[in-house]
Amino acid sequence: MTDKMTDKPADKMTDRKLMKGNEAMALAAIRAGCRYYFGYPITPQNEITEYMSRELPKAGGAFIQAESELASINMCYGAAAAGGRVLTSSSSPGVALMQEGLSGLANIQAPMVIINVMRAGPGIGAIQPAQADYFQATRGGGNGDYHIIVYAPESIQEAMDMMGKAYDVADEYRNPVMILADGMLGQMMEPVVVPEARKPIMGDDIAKAKPWALTGHKNKRERNAINSVWLDQYAFEEFSNELWKKYIKAEKELPEYETYNLDDADLVFTAFGTTARIVRESIDQLAKKGIKAGLIRPKTLWPFPYGAFDEIEKHAPNAKLVISAELSRGQLIQDVKLGLLGRLPVALIGRVAGILLTPDEITQEAMALYEKTGKEGK
Amino acid sequence: MKTVFEMTPAMREMELHYCPGCTHGIAHRLIMEVLEESGRLGDTIGVSPVGCSIVAHRYMNVDMIEAAHGRAPAVASAIKRVHPGNLVFTYQGDGDLASIGTGEIVHAAHRGEKISTFFINNAIYGMTGGQMAPTTLIGQKATTAQEGRKVEDSGMPLRVAEMLATIDGAVYVERVALNSPSNVRAAKKAIARAFEVQEKGLGFAFVELLSSCPVNWGLPPVKALEWMDEAMIPYYPLKRFKCPEEVK
Repeated sequence: MTDKMTDKPADKMTDRKLMKGNEAMALAAIRAGCRYYFGYPITPQNEITEYMSRELPKAGGAFIQAESELASINMCYGAAAAGGRVLTSSSSPGVALMQEGLSGLANIQAPMVIINVMRAGPGIGAIQPAQADYFQATRGGGNGDYHIIVYAPESIQEAMDMMGKAYDVADEYRNPVMILADGMLGQMMEPVVVPEARKPIMGDDIAKAKPWALTGHKNKRERNAINSVWLDQYAFEEFSNELWKKYIKAEKELPEYETYNLDDADLVFTAFGTTARIVRESIDQLAKKGIKAGLIRPKTLWPFPYGAFDEIEKHAPNAKLVISAELSRGQLIQDVKLGLLGRLPVALIGRVAGILLTPDEITQEAMALYEKTGKEGK
Repeated sequence: MKTVFEMTPAMREMELHYCPGCTHGIAHRLIMEVLEESGRLGDTIGVSPVGCSIVAHRYMNVDMIEAAHGRAPAVASAIKRVHPGNLVFTYQGDGDLASIGTGEIVHAAHRGEKISTFFINNAIYGMTGGQMAPTTLIGQKATTAQEGRKVEDSGMPLRVAEMLATIDGAVYVERVALNSPSNVRAAKKAIARAFEVQEKGLGFAFVELLSSCPVNWGLPPVKALEWMDEAMIPYYPLKRFKCPEEVK
């Protein structure tokens, strides 16, 4: 790695690189102005922690290898409350341990970004790729009424580009934002164009940029007290109402998705992350077999782009079936059903335990499901 | 007329919510007086725990944040990394620090974090209503040890200052008590040294303050202070375990 990997200004020629997903996400965070990272080793995301330990001090930031994921997320809680642009990363069971902190961060309205490089579960599970933390990410693994904003990249380039956006959204909404990747995205290499470096906000600049942050009152303002407990229930309800206005705004403004081949599709897939890329190949295989298939790919998982499913009526009025392809026993599928509200039948194609779906497998299963739907339709 | 005692601007003018006879108020005031006298109120950041003192920020006139149960040392470690020029302290009880938060306190000490921790040891869970703490004495009654703590069920009480003193990163470790005027004066000096250690960037500083909890001990306030002399101090000796040359 050269110094160019950190925070030198971007140059389109030199900033085109072949990078591993985990390292690329770490670099993108530094480029987005992140200067604080706290993490604990867990496979398959260790390259993020390793990269940050090496590169953050060079960029004038601070790195701590925490004693546990509990400590990592609570260090993020402290750094975010102190106004620092902060990152942690982990993988599924580690992110499970962080749920207390994520609930707490949402409650104190502290901005931060967390990367989950998903592996298979439940329990310690397996270190191979999975997408079975969908519920954990979108339904809130922690206690109480709150949400985490979740981005799901399908490529390393998209993960890098989403990182800058994640920090902007975290600051705007004063809420944790998650990049939900998987072991495949973390471990594979792809050519990328590295995003331009942004100037970090540190030291004395924090008080101006984030007047709510813990900086010391300098005998010039009232003290900033950041509370998590509420002793007056009515005041707490009022606070919760305010918090909720933010989430309603997020539901209006943040959902993102893209479609592929949706026009006149007979069959519509939904998939996120790396699985969406495998589905694209199946769509091409199915076309050769005479089945027109399309894809809706949510890029945000919370807020979920429910409106995407209205596109089916507009662009694929003859669609007979929607298939949710995912590396889980069926988690994304619940949001797909909420998006469709009974307008079309929904089926699942899934693998678990760290086993990836192959294009051939999806094609064959999709054909069988499609034929079955046709017969039942008659 | 000569003023011999007055409110300190370091404490906000509010009625404390603590029970009569509780020594949290004394501990709060000592920490704040030290900061005011050293002119550091404006650039100090405090972290309060889960427990009776969760809302310490209502009284202490510094920037503060509530941490999740036991996590204050992790929160404070990161605050210090973001603002290395500020003084950062945690204020924690024995359920918070000696039970659920043992990992965080041991590793903050182990990393030699340049923060100061004030540990209120009253040998019981206060806010939740008198359950046994790791620091509850043998034979001491608690709502979860109704016949008194037994060694065979719960082990011996945890001596946190002694434990942390074995860690290299913890450069200043002292145990004081808040049950008599002379002990209170000694406590204030220990608090001042803990901040001086941080100011000089020497490492992690830790002060254990033996405190009273008359309500959950089932004792009137004066008897509670006497019980500290009779039962607590013999098991938890008042001692400066470690102190760097620079602040002696």
